[in-house]
Amino acid sequence: MEYFIQQLINGLTLGSIYGLVAIGYTMVYGIIGMINFAHGDIFMLGGFAALIIFLILTSFFAGIPVALLLLLMLLVGMLMTGLWNWTIERVAYRPLRGSFRLAPLITAIGMSIALSNFIQVTQGPRNKPIPPLVTDTYHLGAITISLKQILIVVITSILLFAFWYIVNKTPLGRAQRATEQDRKMAALLGVDVDKTISITFIMGAALAAVAGAMYLMYYGVASFNDGFIPGVKAFTAAVLGGIGSLPGAVLGGLLIGLIESLWSAYFSIAYKDVATFAILAIVLIFKPTGILGRPEVEKV
Amino acid sequence: MAYTTENNQSGQMAKAIKEGIFAGLIAFGMFLLFVGIETYQDINNQLVWRTRWGLLAVFVAVAAIGRFVTVGFIKPHLDSRKLAKAKSGVLEISDEKGFFRTHFLKIALIFLLCYPFLAMLIFGRQGSLKYVDNFGIQILIYVMLAWGLNIVVGLAGLLDLGYVAFYAVGAYSYALLSAHFGFSFWLLLPMAGILAALWGIILGFPVLRLRGDYLAIVTLAFGEIIRLVLINWTDVTRGTFGISGIEKATFFGIWSFDAGTPNNFAKAWGLPTSSVYYKMFLFYIILALCMLTAYVTIRLRRMPIGRAWEALREDEIACRSLGINTVTTKLTAFATGAMFGGFAGSFFAARQGFVSPESFVFLESAVILAIVVLGGMGSLTGIAIAAVVMVGGTELLREMEFLKHVFGPDFTPELYRMLLFGLAMIIVMLFKPRGFVGTREPTAFLKERKAVSGSFTKEGHG
Repeated sequence: MEYFIQQLINGLTLGSIYGLVAIGYTMVYGIIGMINFAHGDIFMLGGFAALIIFLILTSFFAGIPVALLLLLMLLVGMLMTGLWNWTIERVAYRPLRGSFRLAPLITAIGMSIALSNFIQVTQGPRNKPIPPLVTDTYHLGAITISLKQILIVVITSILLFAFWYIVNKTPLGRAQRATEQDRKMAALLGVDVDKTISITFIMGAALAAVAGAMYLMYYGVASFNDGFIPGVKAFTAAVLGGIGSLPGAVLGGLLIGLIESLWSAYFSIAYKDVATFAILAIVLIFKPTGILGRPEVEKV
Repeated sequence: MAYTTENNQSGQMAKAIKEGIFAGLIAFGMFLLFVGIETYQDINNQLVWRTRWGLLAVFVAVAAIGRFVTVGFIKPHLDSRKLAKAKSGVLEISDEKGFFRTHFLKIALIFLLCYPFLAMLIFGRQGSLKYVDNFGIQILIYVMLAWGLNIVVGLAGLLDLGYVAFYAVGAYSYALLSAHFGFSFWLLLPMAGILAALWGIILGFPVLRLRGDYLAIVTLAFGEIIRLVLINWTDVTRGTFGISGIEKATFFGIWSFDAGTPNNFAKAWGLPTSSVYYKMFLFYIILALCMLTAYVTIRLRRMPIGRAWEALREDEIACRSLGINTVTTKLTAFATGAMFGGFAGSFFAARQGFVSPESFVFLESAVILAIVVLGGMGSLTGIAIAAVVMVGGTELLREMEFLKHVFGPDFTPELYRMLLFGLAMIIVMLFKPRGFVGTREPTAFLKERKAVSGSFTKEGHG
């Protein structure tokens, strides 16, 4: 039982990270209907930004408090990836809006390849390890919870709440939802559609950066091809939960995290990704639009 | 009049300068951490950093000047040209085609048939190896894969992100069956195709109800599952070590290309020993396989099943209301596409003599899909051109030794290969969103071919 709870906690931690990245996928999909394949690499960029800021700060201010350090890593990462995603949208996706469906998908895949190779070229192909930032652990009976796990879950929850608030309660969120429902009508009613879409990309990127920084903190290593596997899993999470649905993305992320950690604990580590993908396929057979997705009604 | 244009121009300049500075600022922000600072491990294996302001300045300057030139000069020029064209009132679509364009396919085919001999004439026996193998065979494999995927994506409109799975099935079925049962290439080629087609149907079944992007992620997941199984099922596939020593293809059992065998090809013909004959032979095999793919695709498009695929691509609901069985239509598309992937896979195994899961990563699927889309979905010629440009271009980059003289001896063009490939994908797509051959001509027509309305509008929703 303790073992199970332990795995549950590990799964939740991992799931929080996937959930944060998945939100970026799902929001972009909801608002302009494209799979932003480069989102996984935005996550990777966020991790690298955090890593570089960590190195700079620790070399200048040796005794910097960990909380401040973490906060700065998160903030700079968010700014950085926000800027990147804004530019990417401007350069690679906006000119193709209204083009046929596969065109932005191809530029997104190209962008993903370009981004990971850009980091490989500029920062080198080797894994980048950093010393552990947060090392405290707590023991509840046989269960061990580390402070970083608590941090990840808490930060995720705060961000999710903030996000939910923005989307549901602010004028910006209203504009986003309007653009999602009918872009042309929203534009006619005075919503600045381009700006709304840009902000959506920036918001998605900021969440991905937080996820990237926490991934770095959790595993203590960053690599240029870190974007792909977590990216695909987060995308899987978004689809599993029903793409376009925010609670669905979080639910999907948590589910994927749980499946992964429980499968590796009880069956085999080697096949954990196979299990994740297989469960995705099975769920989609019975619910073709994901768990919380709206059934697609196509008007003829 | 003169006054307003001058005013316009100075306004344009001011705008260009402003945009240029803005782009420079953005680039500075973007590249500050990733280019301006380099992280590396020192002797104690500690991660440390140093600055690279010079390189950062280059990046910022390129962005600022590039944006300035685009806004200030290139864009007004393009706009004025477009305006002039619109005023002249001549539509770009004309029936007049030059000799080269009308006979393009024949010329291309004749060139391909002569290509290995040409290469041998120009570069000598050993020198031509590179051209036949790296350029010829490599490009043709991608042409074949892209044509196979074209059936699924271009004709039936089913977005498949895991096509490489069938390529892997083909390659591993050849490798395993030839290692365990000693079957020959010519027996295993069709078998690999059939096995891959079978997998196409198996994978096709669960995704029948899915649409568009849901389909995309599930096919991606299948591709990953196959790769992960290949990695982890070590008893059969030897995992990441891969299977080596795969038997070569023979000349229909008459001559062998293995050195030392009594019926060695070179010995039988009294030629000096060289591996180039095998490569040339492989070149013709893959050329024949490509032709087969093209022939089948062209014929199928004229048959009811091909028409059904295209109908499915255009509108699934209309398709169903007209009584087309979408289940069999989708499954045949998956199976046919997968079969050609399987052929290509078994050819790949025979050519490399070695297969490992490394060759079947998602990136391959993405590259193949990119070639299909960049070529203009559905157009065989366009796809072939895209394959030549994208694959040939990146192969060419390996050859660029002279760049070492420009950027110093440490410069390895190899590193930039995939970076440039990704950027090329984006740039081509931005300038030619409909692909290299972007006009969609109707397959079915009455009496004569007419340009469809889609060719006239700049962009439609396809």
